[in-house]
Amino acid sequence: MAMRHSNATYRLIRRLKSVGLYMAVAVVMVYVLFPYYWAIVTSTRSAQEIYSFSLLPSLNLTNYVQLFSNAVFIGALVNSIVVALASTMIALAIGILAAYGFGRLHFAAGRYLLIAVLMISVFPQVVVLSGMFEVIGWLRLYNSPGALVVSYLILTLPFTTWILTSFIRDLPVELEEAALIDGCSRLRILTHVLLPLMWPAIASTGLLAFILSWNEFLFALTFILTDENRTVPVAIGLLTGSSRYEVPYGLLMAASVTVTLPLLVLVLIFQRKIVAGLTTGAVKG
Amino acid sequence: MASVTLKNVSKSFGVYDIIRNVDLEIGDGEFVVFVGPSGCGKSTLLRLIAGLVPVSDGAVLIGGDEVTDVPASKRGISFVFQSYALYPHMNVSRNISFALETARIGKAEIMRRVEAVAGMLKIGHLLERKPRQLSGGQRQRVAIGRALVADPEVFLFDEPLSNLDADLRTEMRFEIAKLHAEVKATMIYVTHDQTEAMTLADRIVVLNHGKVEQVGTPRELYDRPATRFVAGFLGSPKMNFAPTLLTDGRLAGPGGFSYTPGLATGTTVSEIGLRPEALTLSAQPGSDTIESTFERAEDLGHEFLCYVRIGEGLIWTVRGSGAPPAFLPGQTVHVGWRAGNLYLFDRDGQRLDHRPADRVAEEVA
Repeated sequence: MAMRHSNATYRLIRRLKSVGLYMAVAVVMVYVLFPYYWAIVTSTRSAQEIYSFSLLPSLNLTNYVQLFSNAVFIGALVNSIVVALASTMIALAIGILAAYGFGRLHFAAGRYLLIAVLMISVFPQVVVLSGMFEVIGWLRLYNSPGALVVSYLILTLPFTTWILTSFIRDLPVELEEAALIDGCSRLRILTHVLLPLMWPAIASTGLLAFILSWNEFLFALTFILTDENRTVPVAIGLLTGSSRYEVPYGLLMAASVTVTLPLLVLVLIFQRKIVAGLTTGAVKG
Repeated sequence: MASVTLKNVSKSFGVYDIIRNVDLEIGDGEFVVFVGPSGCGKSTLLRLIAGLVPVSDGAVLIGGDEVTDVPASKRGISFVFQSYALYPHMNVSRNISFALETARIGKAEIMRRVEAVAGMLKIGHLLERKPRQLSGGQRQRVAIGRALVADPEVFLFDEPLSNLDADLRTEMRFEIAKLHAEVKATMIYVTHDQTEAMTLADRIVVLNHGKVEQVGTPRELYDRPATRFVAGFLGSPKMNFAPTLLTDGRLAGPGGFSYTPGLATGTTVSEIGLRPEALTLSAQPGSDTIESTFERAEDLGHEFLCYVRIGEGLIWTVRGSGAPPAFLPGQTVHVGWRAGNLYLFDRDGQRLDHRPADRVAEEVA
């Protein structure tokens, strides 16, 4: 038998371990949060102050005032909201119906279709870019927000379908059988029995889809030609200073902070909604 | 009120035949229990009747009308699931009334019927709660309430009590029996628990490998099992079996077992069976005894179980009332049996009627 230390030694080891854990957590937190903090700091400083080093923000809001008086940026903000909301809604609507089909209605081609859906998300965006450009042309959507709504579906639909399919598969089949005996149609089962139970999954996948659409850059840059149709990521990229050779760091950071805030708020709201164990009580337990 | 008839019903999933050519007639208002080991197809058979699973072949009739292709909700049936399958996001009242709501029945009528059912099942105080706030027994009552409210002609129960603990199970068993007496509807009940089968059923259907082994009242099945399977399945502790050899009309078995049955010539006998309560133990050998080695006694208070070894790998159970006899492990004891309690099974597992040969001879003379 290995030697046993005294009780006090084990107590010390346990304390050291918990101290070590919190230190490791602190390191990770700093690593993750510092860029965002640095963006806030930079956004509150004037063009001259930016080149002097300080870790503290200097509460100078001129960058924000300048940003919100910029009509192109405000327009881009509105475009982003419309595009991200629309593509998220469509992705969820199609994703829920597809997930019900894949998860519950057993048909021969189902497995292969599901794998095909997954394959779509394997291709990098650059690969589909030129093909997508053709499709947008045929649909006569070039240089309109509709082009982005359509093209973002290729990014959001595969994972919404997959996440929702696996969620539906985990719901007890008996619930649906009970609903069938209660006289429900397939649609009523979906709307009255499954959807209320799927809220946590819908909220989380919807949020992911929204973030993806909100931050997307490549399609937004390629399919939009004029300033009034741009979305925020591209608009930020094209912000210019007073001269060609000046990079307006303060303004860029103010814009970045502004567009990240709504996402943070959304994540915090939905995080509380995503309650685990909503289905407890449906089946034995 | 309706009868249920199955005509040559079969069900296969791919290459697996789950139900094979089942013919069954269930009378109006009858309480029928399907029992069998797990995987025998009893739940599938119930789902075929409910219409949750389509039949591969054959016909299902309810109340004399063919319903083979009628959807589940139009068959006039209710189904109580093993897992209860209550809607977790709806309160008890809405769980019970959901079928009525789907059928667009008026609010006032729904209220009236939910309250009637809740009163009957004593769940009136729970109507506003969500399923997760209920205990297992309460969930079970709500599930039964949901079945009751639609006023079905046939109730289907799929192992409704198997998620409950022993005490609650006994209580709910009693409630279900009472419910059947009150509503007088046809009830079909699936279970693997033979106590439930014996106590609840008007008739028991024993299933094995997707086929009906035997149909009959609990008493018939217990006293006159048609096959070795039924004999071994019903009864707890199980019937004792031993291999036997028939030579010149005389049966010989382990421990000096010997018996001369009056059987038709050409009959084969491959096994004997004796229920534990039909056996006695004594230290002295008698005329009809089997020699054995005493292994162990279990005292259950009101009764005892003794385990004796009558041959290589053959342990028999002997059951009696009161305190167990004082034998020591390893001691030789003699197991007494009587011909009237002896079951004989042929090579195919069919039970053979028999009487001692000397008595047959007397009657002929």
